[in-house]
Amino acid sequence: MTFWTDVFWPAIKILIILNAVLILVALLVWAERRISAFIQDRLGPNRVGPAGLLQSFADLLKFIFKEDVTPGHVNKPYFVLAPALAVMPAMIALAVVPFASTLIIADVDIGILFVFAISSLGVYGITIGGWASNNKYSLLGGIRSSAQMISYEICLGLAVIGVFMLSRTLRLQTVVEMQGDGIWLFGNHYGGFAKILDWNVFKQPLGFLIFMIAGFAETNRLPFDLPEAEQELVAGYHTEYSSMKFALFFLGEYAAMFVMSAVAVTLFLGGWTLFGLEELGWFVQLLIFLGKVLALLFFFIWVRWTLPRFRYDQLMRLGWQVFLPLGLLNIVLTGVLKLIFKV
Amino acid sequence: MAYKTVERPVLTTAEKLYLPAVMKGLGLTLKYFLKRKKFTRQYPEEPTVVPEGYRGLPSLVKDDEGRVKCVACSMCEWVCPPEAIRVIPGELPGDDPVEKGPKEFELDTLRCIFCGLCEEACPEEAIFLSETFEYCGRSREEMIFGKEKLLEIGGVRAEGVKKWKKEADAGFSRKGPRR
Repeated sequence: MTFWTDVFWPAIKILIILNAVLILVALLVWAERRISAFIQDRLGPNRVGPAGLLQSFADLLKFIFKEDVTPGHVNKPYFVLAPALAVMPAMIALAVVPFASTLIIADVDIGILFVFAISSLGVYGITIGGWASNNKYSLLGGIRSSAQMISYEICLGLAVIGVFMLSRTLRLQTVVEMQGDGIWLFGNHYGGFAKILDWNVFKQPLGFLIFMIAGFAETNRLPFDLPEAEQELVAGYHTEYSSMKFALFFLGEYAAMFVMSAVAVTLFLGGWTLFGLEELGWFVQLLIFLGKVLALLFFFIWVRWTLPRFRYDQLMRLGWQVFLPLGLLNIVLTGVLKLIFKV
Repeated sequence: MAYKTVERPVLTTAEKLYLPAVMKGLGLTLKYFLKRKKFTRQYPEEPTVVPEGYRGLPSLVKDDEGRVKCVACSMCEWVCPPEAIRVIPGELPGDDPVEKGPKEFELDTLRCIFCGLCEEACPEEAIFLSETFEYCGRSREEMIFGKEKLLEIGGVRAEGVKKWKKEADAGFSRKGPRR
């Protein structure tokens, strides 16, 4: 317990990771708009900075200078609290995400439990925001969000149990390391490019599928963006919000998306490992990790502009009647296969 | 019977899984994502091409010999529904076969509704709806365009009626017919 190891270096790491993620989130908003435009045969924002890269920062300035309207009929303390509650969980969950073998803020043994415990708090921001707005659309959005997140959190939890049955630990660094040490097949050890087969996505395909779909629902992304379904609910839970408060909800949504992708990469796609390149040092590991996260984020955006929104009853049926049994089946299957192959 | 039985399609197992359809959809959006040609027109750099017969800002024209075709008959002023046009006629100097011309010709671009009636009413083919749609000003006064500006926008139109030439050919002069 010294000042350097317990205060100084963690603070530096927090500074690096938080800033990097915030900038990435800003670029993510730009990417979302550009990719959606390209998919629709448009160009999207391309004026501010090279290829429009600074668009998000221009938007941020606009958000800061806009009038911050607080309607008279809202419950003010909760109304002000909600945007902060929407952003905090995503930021806190970053603490246990392993960006590289040494670049992790808190290397805790209960890694994934911490992520789930914190990220499920995200629903409070949305629900409280919807309730405090004292507006029927906001309230409906908030209620939908809470029901959706509770339903899909269970599927999310069940989907990752298979991974931890293989890794026998909840510590995220160990999960990553185990995915990067090559595979054993018929008594031979295969390294190099075959290492990619060690990723959990190939050992747990069903788990990965459920995790991704539940992840879409958790982050309120299309095809599960019922809390803010524009056609039905105006803007859902953030109908009454303006200025920087709205920007915070926005930031929270995209940061949650980033965290969900980071967790998916850590658990299923080998984290910061890639063909043994990770031995080059922490910076290469960070680049590998961010590259994988960005690829997954592209997938998030790509899906958003492909699939239409689910109906509410379809969403609930999918969660409880399809993914819950599938998740349980995945656990049983993993157990049986573990017994057979003695891993 | 007040109801109708609708035949529901029987889905195969693959269709019930949705995933093949999702993959197909993703493939389609990816195809459009990678497509090079976009519909967006980069406006200020890429000029907008207006269709034929576009009704832009009304403008005055000169003929190929540099004469203002308008004879200040005030037909356009009379016909203009929003009363956007104001013509102040004046006498042309010297021994010009045409006596009258516009001393001042004002078009209030804030009132103009681009109906094109001025163009239709003009007996001298002197006013046309141009293809100009980009114009601006910082005050209401600036948005009232005068004769010089309208002539600049209108440019030259050689074809059509030339009153002064017709008059001159007929031997008309200010002092009376030269017969």
